[in-house]
Amino acid sequence: MEQVFANGLYLGAQYALIALGLTLIFALMNVLNFAHGQMYVLGGFITYTVYARLGLPFVVALFASGVTLATVGALIEKFLFRPVIRRSVREESTMLLAAAIAFLLDALILLLFGEKQRGVPKIVKGVFTSDALIMPYDRILVGILAIAFIAAFVLFMQYSKPGRAMRALAQDRVAAQLMGVRVDRYSMIGFALGAMLAGVVGGLLVAITGISSGIGGPISIKAFMMVMIGGAGVVGGAIAGGFILGMLESVGLSALHDYGDITYLVIFAALMVFLSLRPNGLMGKPWG
Amino acid sequence: MINRRSAVTFMALGTASVLSIMAGAFSANAANKELKIGFVGVTSGPAAAWGTSNVRSMQTRAEWINEMGGVKIGGETYDINIITFDDQKDPKRAIAGMEKMAQEGIHYVVGPNVDDGAAAVRPVAEAKGIIYFPYAFPKPLYVAPASNAILGMIANYQSGPAIYKFLKEKKGVKTIAFVAANESDPLSQREGGVAAAKALGLQVVAEKDTYQNDTRDFTPVLTPVVKLKPDLLVLSGVAPGNAPLLIRAARELGYKGLISTETAHDAKVLQEGAGELADGFISVGGASTPEIASDMMKEFVRRYTKKFGEYNDESNTKVYALDYILETLKANPAAINNVEEFKRTVDTFSAPNPYVKGEGKLKYVGTASFGQKRQIAVPMVVNTYKDGKFETLFVGEVD
Repeated sequence: MEQVFANGLYLGAQYALIALGLTLIFALMNVLNFAHGQMYVLGGFITYTVYARLGLPFVVALFASGVTLATVGALIEKFLFRPVIRRSVREESTMLLAAAIAFLLDALILLLFGEKQRGVPKIVKGVFTSDALIMPYDRILVGILAIAFIAAFVLFMQYSKPGRAMRALAQDRVAAQLMGVRVDRYSMIGFALGAMLAGVVGGLLVAITGISSGIGGPISIKAFMMVMIGGAGVVGGAIAGGFILGMLESVGLSALHDYGDITYLVIFAALMVFLSLRPNGLMGKPWG
Repeated sequence: MINRRSAVTFMALGTASVLSIMAGAFSANAANKELKIGFVGVTSGPAAAWGTSNVRSMQTRAEWINEMGGVKIGGETYDINIITFDDQKDPKRAIAGMEKMAQEGIHYVVGPNVDDGAAAVRPVAEAKGIIYFPYAFPKPLYVAPASNAILGMIANYQSGPAIYKFLKEKKGVKTIAFVAANESDPLSQREGGVAAAKALGLQVVAEKDTYQNDTRDFTPVLTPVVKLKPDLLVLSGVAPGNAPLLIRAARELGYKGLISTETAHDAKVLQEGAGELADGFISVGGASTPEIASDMMKEFVRRYTKKFGEYNDESNTKVYALDYILETLKANPAAINNVEEFKRTVDTFSAPNPYVKGEGKLKYVGTASFGQKRQIAVPMVVNTYKDGKFETLFVGEVD
């Protein structure tokens, strides 16, 4: 049972970090970023290239992923989403744009990094073993780092000036503008931050799960599930959604393994029932 | 603003370009005729590695043949032109791809890569006169009255029993567990594997454990299986991208037994994804292990690597389909536009296998499994992974 619980916690920390960037972008701009998974994949491949190919330290590789994705995110917001949001009267336009960016990134990643699954040498060797629990040290480290990143992000949003500005934007865009918040600037920072989170988690997890082109779509779907569980646009909701999904997976795969692959069937069915009762998710309200 | 001088220059350049393109085209046509061979399979998304290794093998081989002056079939010499279509692992797109091949006048197509795609294109292939070479195992595709599909590799129900028997006799395997992705190909391969294991008298301790194909962390999936401590863990129909993750998770959970699969894998992917934890992993490959690879196989690997930067060990098997098509057409030139002639030739065709040392033959097999020759003979090389490369465990034969 301890093993199942530890697996769930570890998965949950991963998932929560993946969902954070997605929910941040949605909260700030009301944009469903279908390209979030592709940004994760790009971050993973950058870490792979810098760490495994160029032989630089893992921390440098992770930093490179974060900076690159933040830049990509800022450019996407400035040159693609901003003009579309300004000119379009229909919200679906941003969804179509996000889907187009997802397809574009998929194709570019396949072209640049190839079709093969990639992995990097273990960042920490060894396995923690006790009577009740087996957990490789690299997973423990990644789990701790994921929780640290989540905490740093929450603190940044709570206490920094850009964080407060972004929370104000998420709460009421017009009111924030009237209070002197520079909407364009903080939308760009928010999008860059969301993309950076996707890149960092992709880079972090390449040490455990490797990376391959084409997995961006499934990653996005999982992130949307977490956001739906927790409530779209709410940071606490994304974190809760991530941990709930991780725990459901771990418990389901262990308890239901005699019945074949019904774990996700049960999760999806439960999600449908849950959403019919609480359509806005656990914490479904705007940021704040 | 365009002035008169720049307009004249532009027109002159344009005319020169058009003339040079036409001259190039005519000179190519004047040298050789063109023979189009199709590919319909998956070259994008999570399973892109399967189709990409097909396409790249075909392109490498075609370029090599063209460089040597083309292929002589009957009285004509042809340059090979590979026409590709990415079906995105979607049966509807596979049908569209096969329709496209028919519109292009193509009679020989490699692919699709998965069961549902291969089943979906069957009506189109039969109606439009196309012989296709799927990498999919369902027997109805190859058993009469079906006659247009030719299996491009060794099926799991052919390699599985041989592997289990070998491991039972040589490694003392008594208990066996199966884990498969929750998709048609791996599930059908698991069913075949379970039946083969039971027929050999092995005790199957797990046969229902599955995972979503997009799973990235397999620790929760394998935790209950590893607890059962099977002597052999079979990863039925495992995708090359998932194999290192499953192996790593099993080993890190303390699993000490053997791990095997009946699909082909890439040593570099295993090395990067699982490192030394993948040592001892058993899979089925083609013909590039040093023990049996011919000089031509080594040259193919060299050209592939030069063209695409990195070799894929799955191509050890996938190099064969194009050669089978061309060699069969050489044996009966009337088949170039008539697949019924091709089918007639299949029963008696035989040619030297250029990719293995010794007296290996290219020939069609499958009578034991399908009641007719609807499978290409590729060496059933069972490999074991060690220190970043494959070593031959044993070599078998189908039929």
